[in-house]
Amino acid sequence: MSQRSSTYDTIIKRWQALTDYKYFWPIFLFVGVGFCMAASAFEFLDLYLQLILIYVGINIILTVSLNLINGYMGEFSVGHAGFMAVGAYVASLLTVHVFPSGAQNMLFPLAILAGGLAAALVGFLVAIPSFKTRGDYLAIVTLAFCMIVKSVLENIDVVGGPRGLLGMEKLTTLPWVFFWTALSVWVIRNLVYSNFGRGVLSIREDEIASDLMSVNTRQVKIIAFVVSSFFAGIAGGLFAHALQFINPRMFDIIKSTDILIMVYLGGIASIAGSIVGAIIYTILLEVLRPLGVWRMVFMPLMLVLLMIYRPRGIMGLKEARMFMPLRDWVTEKLWRKKKKEAGDATP
Amino acid sequence: MAYIFQQILNALQLGSIYALIALGYTMVYGILTMINFAHGDLFMIGAFFCFLIAVYFKLSFIPTLLLSMLGVAFLGVIIERLAYKPLRNAPRVSAIITALGVGLFLENFTLALSPYPKHIPQLLENTTWTVGSLSISSLQILIIVLSLALMVVLDFIVQHTKAGMAMRAISWDKTIVPLMGVSVNKIISLTFAIGTGLGGAAGVMYGLAYPVIDPYMGIMVGWKAFICAVVGGIGNIRGAMIGGFILGMVEIMVGAFFPSTYRDFVAFTLLLILLIVRPYGILGKPQPQKV
Repeated sequence: MSQRSSTYDTIIKRWQALTDYKYFWPIFLFVGVGFCMAASAFEFLDLYLQLILIYVGINIILTVSLNLINGYMGEFSVGHAGFMAVGAYVASLLTVHVFPSGAQNMLFPLAILAGGLAAALVGFLVAIPSFKTRGDYLAIVTLAFCMIVKSVLENIDVVGGPRGLLGMEKLTTLPWVFFWTALSVWVIRNLVYSNFGRGVLSIREDEIASDLMSVNTRQVKIIAFVVSSFFAGIAGGLFAHALQFINPRMFDIIKSTDILIMVYLGGIASIAGSIVGAIIYTILLEVLRPLGVWRMVFMPLMLVLLMIYRPRGIMGLKEARMFMPLRDWVTEKLWRKKKKEAGDATP
Repeated sequence: MAYIFQQILNALQLGSIYALIALGYTMVYGILTMINFAHGDLFMIGAFFCFLIAVYFKLSFIPTLLLSMLGVAFLGVIIERLAYKPLRNAPRVSAIITALGVGLFLENFTLALSPYPKHIPQLLENTTWTVGSLSISSLQILIIVLSLALMVVLDFIVQHTKAGMAMRAISWDKTIVPLMGVSVNKIISLTFAIGTGLGGAAGVMYGLAYPVIDPYMGIMVGWKAFICAVVGGIGNIRGAMIGGFILGMVEIMVGAFFPSTYRDFVAFTLLLILLIVRPYGILGKPQPQKV
């Protein structure tokens, strides 16, 4: 790290100056929304590329929200697809059966929001066992929950049972995906760097100690699970209306594994890492499509190699400079260094 | 009444297969405190080895079983050496993700080589005896007896041999054991060999009982076996056996008395209740947490 070239330095300095600029985020958001609207209105991106971008957005929401539990709180939740399923089904039931067909476009955000709230309610239920159980046992609780959701959906005839639900209009457009993605990143980033977020981090480092330091661990766990499942539900709603067809088998353990892989590929406890992981994983799967079945052979192989040579993922425990004020960055860096010298760098 | 006995017999058959797989999870966990999520896929590889050996070498049942077990055990040891050993001191989660990756690799590699479901030929003559209205097939009896025998052998190895003593010692305290002159690497390899070998045996038996095999068959069975291991108290060998039989019993009984689509729902709800009542499994002991 000592031998940085001067061009690298200047680039970093320019970049920092840019991200320190007061209006960076408003401009970024404005340009992003404008780009997305233009892309879907004038179709200068073909539909295939737009679909890939939509999937990238959905995956970013899923990864960032799962990172709140698995990365920042240090639990091992493997049932994220279950929350996604709840959101997807509630949102599509609303748009298919409840809302009048004329006003679908107007009411679409409400449907997505309702899906998110339903998922948040279920997340609240899952948070309750997490008071007592930890580690692998909590992993089993979330896994069992995911399978229960799938099994319940298969047994309800109103939602089509194992055949699945269809009839949704293609309401998920690029601007909406951009909006929800930006919202989820913004909310979770602010949560993590708030007082509450410090509580989440302290649970990861040592639960009993944080209890003694008067962190209300139960409340923190509930909020973390609720927020995380809320955004998973939103991602589910967007997913359902992008694909226009859902069935319970889409939301099984394989989907959860996919999200887990994106989280750990990008790196735990890093929002920038989650975004990078989701983008790389989604786009790589598309780029490698000509390989056919063999792409699914190479992807896990790459994951294993990455874990062996970089066990914390691409940006584990690190954050891109632009995601936090300088103050936080320096403090955390110093703290990590101290912890490393003490020889006890917990994941 | 006969119906219930029939279902109990089915439950024992399914439960013994679950128990054999759960043993692999729990042995690896006991020694490395790592969940080997690739284990369900090694079970699938066992079934595929059985298919290959039975179709291309036309061996009879016993050599097929032994060769499949050996092959899977060998694969398990290689996976441990290449993928898990570099991560022994890494954060636990990286090892788990590596295991998930290895599992996906095994699934998709098999899928790439053989995209269609395969049918395992009948290796044994299957005679069915009828006692009253109860029908007992020799295959069922063989599966139950064979897996019980394997479990007894395993229990003997762990409790009464030197290698077993070393295994228990490593799961007790990993830092002291090398000082006592035990080669930790060898014992870990041995554990992987035994655990995955049992998984391979389970694969062969599953293939005989339900002869259509496909590369994704290991996912559900593997996760369910993992649940068995946790229900029994992960890291506890006898707990894994008990957990396997419990899950087999619950699944078959729910399927027998309710619509079979409720099977997963009831089974997992019971599991949740059990974990809330006993958060460390049936035979597991709570780890005291220190600050």
